[in-house]
Amino acid sequence: MSSFAFVFLAVFTVVTALGMVAARNTVNGAMCLLLCLAGVAGLLVQLDAFLLAFLLILVYAGAIVALFLFIIMLLDMRGQNTPTRKGAGVLAGFVSGALLIAGVASLAVHLRGNLPAPGPVPVVGAALASYADLLFTAYLLPVEVIGFLLLIAMLGVIVLSRRTHPEEERSGL
Amino acid sequence: MIAPTLHAYIALSAVLFAIGFFGVLVRRNTLVIFMSLELMLVAATLAFAAFSRFNGTLDGDVLVFFILTVAAAEVAVGLAIIVALFRRRHTVQVDQLSALKN
Repeated sequence: MSSFAFVFLAVFTVVTALGMVAARNTVNGAMCLLLCLAGVAGLLVQLDAFLLAFLLILVYAGAIVALFLFIIMLLDMRGQNTPTRKGAGVLAGFVSGALLIAGVASLAVHLRGNLPAPGPVPVVGAALASYADLLFTAYLLPVEVIGFLLLIAMLGVIVLSRRTHPEEERSGL
Repeated sequence: MIAPTLHAYIALSAVLFAIGFFGVLVRRNTLVIFMSLELMLVAATLAFAAFSRFNGTLDGDVLVFFILTVAAAEVAVGLAIIVALFRRRHTVQVDQLSALKN
């Protein structure tokens, strides 16, 4: 865990996250999100969570951002660029974001005395085995529930994306 | 070279979460709002992984699995809703989606 790599990745992640929020073009925003996720994956590698870094790239960058790009290009939003709110909305956003950071910072200052030291670095294969051990013993019920959630989400997406009837379309909202 | 502390990771996670929150509040495009939500989830992931690493347990890392799964399901359903909305209303700007107002 070297400090230089952490600072570099932290700055990279924050800059790309800001780029995503500020991007006028939605495709550029999605690309910035992709870079930001790569930065977070690097930070997870710094934390010795190699499996999580791999999964983050696989699920987020591989599936979620690709899906976002697909939908952005499918919807064709030319001529709909009203990028940000003005005045009070921006102020409210800034204030609430600053309050959030201030809350976490005050908690960190409050807890400064009792910082846990980083534990021993796990061996990669052993970590994989202990993930599986936890997932199939202590977290077995959440795993089942999450599987059920995925099934429901899949059914929901099928129902939502079904093409509606023409007369239903005309009478609708 | 000093190794980064838990505080550094939590601060970075809070900053990322705040940026995502800011994006949700400020942007009008539904897709950008949705991407900002994803950023907030990733910030929570980073905090979980950092706590897990510094406390020497795997529980936080296991929770990250669940976050990833929920994020995948959420994106699928959310984007399906956005596409259905675009078919009906031909817009993705939240300002113009005010049918429930009044």
